Amino acid sequence: MLESVSDNTLVKIRDVHFSRGSKMIFDGVDMDIERGKITAIMGPSGTGKTTLLKIIGGQLRPSKGLVEVDGANVHRLKNAQLYQLRKRMGVLFQSGALLTDINVFDNVAFPIREHTNLSESMIRSLVLMKLHAVGLRGARDLMPSELSGGMARRVAMARAIALDPMMIMYDEPFTGQDPISMGVLVQLIRSLNEALGLTSIVISHDIKETCAIADYIYIVSSGKVVEQGTPKQLASSESEWVQQFLQGKPDGPVPFHYESKSYANDLLGIE
Amino acid sequence: MLNYFQRLGVTSLSVLERLGRASIFLCKIIRYTPGVLLRVRLLAAQIYSVGVLSFSIIIISGLFIGMVLALQGYYTLSDFGAEEALGVVVAASLVRELGPVVAALLFAGRAGSALTAEIGLMKATEQLSGMEMMAVDPMARIVTPRFLAGFISMPLLASVFSAVGVLGGYFIGVGLLGIDEGSFWSQMQAKVDFHQDIMNGLIKSVLFGWVVTWIAVFEGYDAIPTSEGVSRATTRTVVNSAFAILLLDFILTALMFGGV
Repeated sequence: MLESVSDNTLVKIRDVHFSRGSKMIFDGVDMDIERGKITAIMGPSGTGKTTLLKIIGGQLRPSKGLVEVDGANVHRLKNAQLYQLRKRMGVLFQSGALLTDINVFDNVAFPIREHTNLSESMIRSLVLMKLHAVGLRGARDLMPSELSGGMARRVAMARAIALDPMMIMYDEPFTGQDPISMGVLVQLIRSLNEALGLTSIVISHDIKETCAIADYIYIVSSGKVVEQGTPKQLASSESEWVQQFLQGKPDGPVPFHYESKSYANDLLGIE
Repeated sequence: MLNYFQRLGVTSLSVLERLGRASIFLCKIIRYTPGVLLRVRLLAAQIYSVGVLSFSIIIISGLFIGMVLALQGYYTLSDFGAEEALGVVVAASLVRELGPVVAALLFAGRAGSALTAEIGLMKATEQLSGMEMMAVDPMARIVTPRFLAGFISMPLLASVFSAVGVLGGYFIGVGLLGIDEGSFWSQMQAKVDFHQDIMNGLIKSVLFGWVVTWIAVFEGYDAIPTSEGVSRATTRTVVNSAFAILLLDFILTALMFGGV
């Protein structure tokens, strides 16, 4: 895919390196996120998927490499330019990140009030439309503490689309959800992407749900992209590691046991 | 011995680094101040949360401090037959020292700790991060309004503290101990100087408000985003504020009244 980069690429990631202290998180990551598509970034826990999302959003700076969003080099932008770009990017955090001291309505209205001079009646209509799109128009007066995890994420979705962004990044949207909430979120990601003409990046390790909606998938491990392709291509991947990950096998190239000395020697106390 | 110097060096560097970060943080607050001053509603909401909600603790404490001052002052002054000067003793102690200092210590415990915990928890629950990604700068939307609210509220709270304290002194001195009301007020009017006492007290409370709120918002913003990190940051706010208030009070008193 990287060889056939077209103008249709919204996010371009090239040779990104990032480390925390002495721990290398990314060791040369390349990706292309196509406009209008749902691209999933998958990988085991702790591989830095959320970190990658923060690098794309300009909250973290890579030690090396390039990240372009809609043609703009994210880490070369001035603060004001970066904030302008972020107005066109929505992010759904794992926790929802709703403001806890205001209700659902005001949470969704928050970015509109901050960035526009629209009248309150116009804001009301917009917020109700966004809440209706996620099925929570009736929950507008609830406080975030009164919402279930799934509802909180749907409110966060409504807030993320409040300014009609060009793209949305979802950070682990399915984690900890019951089957019904999961089904609702899966359907919402797909339908919002199509209805609003968005570009979506879904960071997840929920294989079934992600494969059901993703157009293209990158699998990241040990700081690199280890496999990429459509869900169908990945399902037929010859990589044992990818098959272990996709099928959730407890043992394989990623061993069940953490690296240790011989079991017998350990039990007998032999060094 | 070498280890000792090494530890001392590491600690000093870490303190200096933190001070540097706190100073840059303050510069950012100052940069955002004009914009926030224009957002009257946002600022008013924070003044309510930081200042108005601290009112009850300030009034109750001020009343009791004034009453205790009157009792202690009366028994000392009566040894010299100078009970009539009780009004001066109570008022001067309050406006010069106890008003600004005790109000600031209470403010640090009530509002400072709340500010740190609120901002720290917003950081821990990704609310600040979420705001950044919504293109809303948390320094402008969250930190600066809270800083300004504390800065504005503190001198007002200290003034209320002193005023209520004087009333407490009046209830005890005139109401309970039978001092002449005219002497109580007239001696106070004659001896408590507007510039020397009241204005200097006000300057102290402005500086205490500035330093306490600065510490509180910085500790919250700089907190490690875990429950333990927020808890530690809150403790640091109260402890560091208390140290800063007392140290600053000594310096200011020496400059204002010590003839330094």
